[in-house]
Amino acid sequence: MSKLSHALDSLGAIVLAIVWVSPLLFAFWAAFHTTSDAVNFDLLSAWTLDNFRTAWAGAPWLRYFLNTFLLVTIVLIGQFFFTTLAGFAFAKLQFPGKDLVFILVLMQLFILPEVLIVENYAMVSRLGLFDTLFGVGMPYMASAFGIFLMRQSFKSVPIELHEAARIEGCTLLGILWRVYVPLAKPTYLAYALVSVSTHWNNFLWPLIVTNSPDTRPLTVGLSIFGAPENGVDISVISAATMMSVAPLLIAFLVFQRQFVQAFLRAGIK
Amino acid sequence: MQKNTTPEHRSNAIYGWLLLAPAAVMLSVFAFYPSIATLWSSLFSRGTRRRPSEFIGLENYADLFADPTFWVVVQNNLFYAAVTIPVSIGIALAMALWANANISARSFVRTAYFTPTVLPMIAAANLWLFFYTPGLGVLDKIGSLFGLPSVNWLGQPDTALWAVVIVTIWKEAGFFMIFYLAALQTIPADLKEAADIEGASRWTYTRRIVLPLLMPTTLFIMVNAMINSVKLIDHLFILTKGGPSDASKLILYYIWEMAFAFFDAPHAAALTILVLTVLCIVAAVQFFYLDKRTHYQ
Repeated sequence: MSKLSHALDSLGAIVLAIVWVSPLLFAFWAAFHTTSDAVNFDLLSAWTLDNFRTAWAGAPWLRYFLNTFLLVTIVLIGQFFFTTLAGFAFAKLQFPGKDLVFILVLMQLFILPEVLIVENYAMVSRLGLFDTLFGVGMPYMASAFGIFLMRQSFKSVPIELHEAARIEGCTLLGILWRVYVPLAKPTYLAYALVSVSTHWNNFLWPLIVTNSPDTRPLTVGLSIFGAPENGVDISVISAATMMSVAPLLIAFLVFQRQFVQAFLRAGIK
Repeated sequence: MQKNTTPEHRSNAIYGWLLLAPAAVMLSVFAFYPSIATLWSSLFSRGTRRRPSEFIGLENYADLFADPTFWVVVQNNLFYAAVTIPVSIGIALAMALWANANISARSFVRTAYFTPTVLPMIAAANLWLFFYTPGLGVLDKIGSLFGLPSVNWLGQPDTALWAVVIVTIWKEAGFFMIFYLAALQTIPADLKEAADIEGASRWTYTRRIVLPLLMPTTLFIMVNAMINSVKLIDHLFILTKGGPSDASKLILYYIWEMAFAFFDAPHAAALTILVLTVLCIVAAVQFFYLDKRTHYQ
């Protein structure tokens, strides 16, 4: 590679990178300045925390954070449970009807929970789970994607370990728990990162199923807070946005490599 | 057929079904039953207190086809897909080539590209509001430096959908980059050496070797992007609410609006079935043509 083309490459890559982070940088800038300073890009203007105070006072953010945290935890625990059992059955057991069920499971990759909002809403109401975090989480628990991921991971476990554990007198569930689950740790971690970031960010379904501040996750709270009828200005919206994205963003910046690996691992199915 | 009758096989079958049962119940309750129920309820009229709902066959579908908004929404979504899919894939490819090349500030560049992926779409929409707001927004400020008049990007039919499209591309490109990055790392280094020895230019190497080897990844990304072009609508709730005069309304938003703002479940059901049909066609194409190998191995 010649020096010139190398320099041009670096330049192009960096310009694109700056363009890509600029919305975030501008919001960050706006969050720490008064509205008029923010929109006039007065670089020497004073920094302020007022926007954060206003935003914080404007909605029960702590409750929203807690709800989001509980939601991603519930979803993740449910997903681990359902996808481990099903993934193991698909990977290691031979039984009639397996292939047909597997195709049905794969179909769910395309029948998106997002598209079935009307009937799923009716279902959640019927189960008495409307306006509960369980109601928000349940449609995502038996994730076809997760089942597929676990199946792939369990398939790669050598059968000798399975046989050895069986000779030692381990039951099938014992083998799953003592041999397969520990060996699949990296897959669980990857799945957890993808799942947590997906459900931390999910909006439409929680919007439909939640109805009160006691169950609303951050994304829904943020959208209500930023609605024009609430009359908040752009600096305060920026502050609220910064607050909401901070946990995941900081986690991402700290564990960047793991995040990217997780998406890679989860993506190459 | 002795093999199906040994105790081992019988217990395997019992265990297999027991292990599948929890997931099967959940999938039935939240995917398969709702799909069938949606199909069923799309064949009934909207019940009111005075007139209970009754079977009307395909009338809801006929209504949809006769509804001008439906066609606007379909057109919008096709446009949305036709722009976001190729552009975000193209940018993702450029990002991956750069993020994989030996350039300065590589880790900053990678982080910058991927950051939007970890943000909620709702937050992304809030960030972009700051660009689009007429008079105050960054775009207007930049425009005014060049003496351009203020533009209400989100408030006029000509630009509203574009504004939504740009936010989607911003959000998606970094995510797709990851898959390309993974694929690029599996290309053996000796191919590059061989190309260098042959005196092939970088462009030739990219076009003749890299791009063909990335084809399976591109197809995989394309299927994901197609699904996302139905799914990614959160920013509409912040940016335009489908307006002005339906100029930026997309199908899933329209389903939501019909069901939860207009309380017209039967028409929402009919629309849902149309979307599911299209998704099933995409699924069938993927299963039977694209990557049977990687999925079923």
